Amino acid sequence: MFAVLKRDFKSYFNSPIAYVLIGLFMFLSSYFFNSYLSYGVSDITSNVVSDMSFLLLFVIPILTMKSMAEDKKNGTEVLLLTSPARITEIVMGKFLALYCVFLIMTGFTLIFPIILTVFGDPDLALIFSSYLGFVLYGAVFVAVGLFASSLTENQIVAAIIGFVGLFALYTIRYLASYFSGFLYDVFTWLSIADRYNDFMNGIIDISSVIFMISLAAIFIYLTVRVVERKRWSQG
Amino acid sequence: MIEIQNLTKEYGKIKAVDNISFSVEKGEILGFLGPNGAGKSTTMNILTGYISSTSGTIKVAGHDILENPVEVKKRIGYLPEQPPLYLDMTVDEYLNFCAQLKSVPAKRWRSEKKDIMELVKISHVSHRLIKNLSKGYKQRVGLAQALIGTPDVLILDEPTVGLDPKQIIEIRKLIKALGKNHTIILSTHILPEVSAVCDRVVIINKGRIAAIDTPDNLSKMLSDFSRFSVTIAGPENKVRNALSDIYGVKYLEVSNRIKDDEYSYIIEADKDVDVRKPMFNRLAQLGFPILELKSLNLSLEEIFIQLTTTEEMEVQ
Repeated sequence: MFAVLKRDFKSYFNSPIAYVLIGLFMFLSSYFFNSYLSYGVSDITSNVVSDMSFLLLFVIPILTMKSMAEDKKNGTEVLLLTSPARITEIVMGKFLALYCVFLIMTGFTLIFPIILTVFGDPDLALIFSSYLGFVLYGAVFVAVGLFASSLTENQIVAAIIGFVGLFALYTIRYLASYFSGFLYDVFTWLSIADRYNDFMNGIIDISSVIFMISLAAIFIYLTVRVVERKRWSQG
Repeated sequence: MIEIQNLTKEYGKIKAVDNISFSVEKGEILGFLGPNGAGKSTTMNILTGYISSTSGTIKVAGHDILENPVEVKKRIGYLPEQPPLYLDMTVDEYLNFCAQLKSVPAKRWRSEKKDIMELVKISHVSHRLIKNLSKGYKQRVGLAQALIGTPDVLILDEPTVGLDPKQIIEIRKLIKALGKNHTIILSTHILPEVSAVCDRVVIINKGRIAAIDTPDNLSKMLSDFSRFSVTIAGPENKVRNALSDIYGVKYLEVSNRIKDDEYSYIIEADKDVDVRKPMFNRLAQLGFPILELKSLNLSLEEIFIQLTTTEEMEVQ
């Protein structure tokens, strides 16, 4: 697992992809930070982090698109799958490599609360819950992107599937408003955005934490299944 | 070492591999020969656990590939048709990664790495990016990858494809040398390769085994007549007339004109008649000296064509 993790992580920084994405992400989130500062909004960090989650919709699919798709295209998948490592280990390694890139990207944004702490007196507990929400949210997004990448050997297609999947996940709560009763409950329960907003408001609900981790785990599991199913395919 | 029984792989209605069985002994180099699309790569992919079979069993060193895939994979080094290389890594980084992936202990790997790199002669390119290497070197890096962890079994899918003649000879020598410590299955559609390297040959066609034997036995088994190449000084038409009268000669053809009135001929004759003596006497009488006479065994190439075409006729 660590072999794959290390290799994939390095490869993101060997190509421009990680730098470009982190740069773009920082540029846009700094822009949000700056505008909230000038508007004089309170709870600046949770507002910025909330906007950052929207940026992830575009950034994550581009980050994850090559993870599995490239291995298939280059034939290196054969190397991984015929090695004594288990498929779960390989997929976990790939997921963690992506997640590390995501965490580094998130790490850069910690500059905002640091600036606020130096020049003011922000609510540190709220900052903590916002960031906890963000990294959990990121885990789900990365897992969805990874899953999308396992479906195809074309990176562009992987990015598009990833984006559509994330967009569906992001907007599921709007779907809820079309229904009432049981379906309404199901869709609101599924709504990752609602749970995310709780974190932004300083509410750390343990069921939400478990929900997010489970959702990420489900997509990682599905990725493993896709890889395995291909082995058994008859056509 | 390797036992394959009733292996079948179906893709929809097409049988890519159709009920093949064979076994490979320890230390043997087995050639896997067949035209494109015969099912060579499919069989190898199943052997290495990359894809699954529809039915049939495979055992490597007594471990079943379905029941105990990890044990089987530990014992196999695989070089697929397209070497599985990460182009954005240096040779060094790549081999280290493969060693970690195959869980080779770090201590052992340090000494093993040096040996492998020297064996396949890539020490001097170890710090270069793989994408900048030539096809021949990429192939060697792929081979080095297969050797990591000194697996008992090496499976090499067309290891010499795309190399220049000098490299081909080197790689063949290398494979031959590796055969001393490893059991090797090697696929190819280049026939001289098989006779140069392999102890035994499996000829596969349309997913089925057409023949299994040593290259020599295959040659003997299949030739119903003996063939000679003869160079004779004398006008072509007269020599032709003289020779075709001889009892036992079935076929005569000019293969090469050396100079005026000096030609090489290919002669095919019945196996149980020795035509060499009457040929000599007859030509001596006419005053056309034999300058060269050598016997031609059926080359593997011809055996291959013969086997794969008879198979086809059976199917029709």
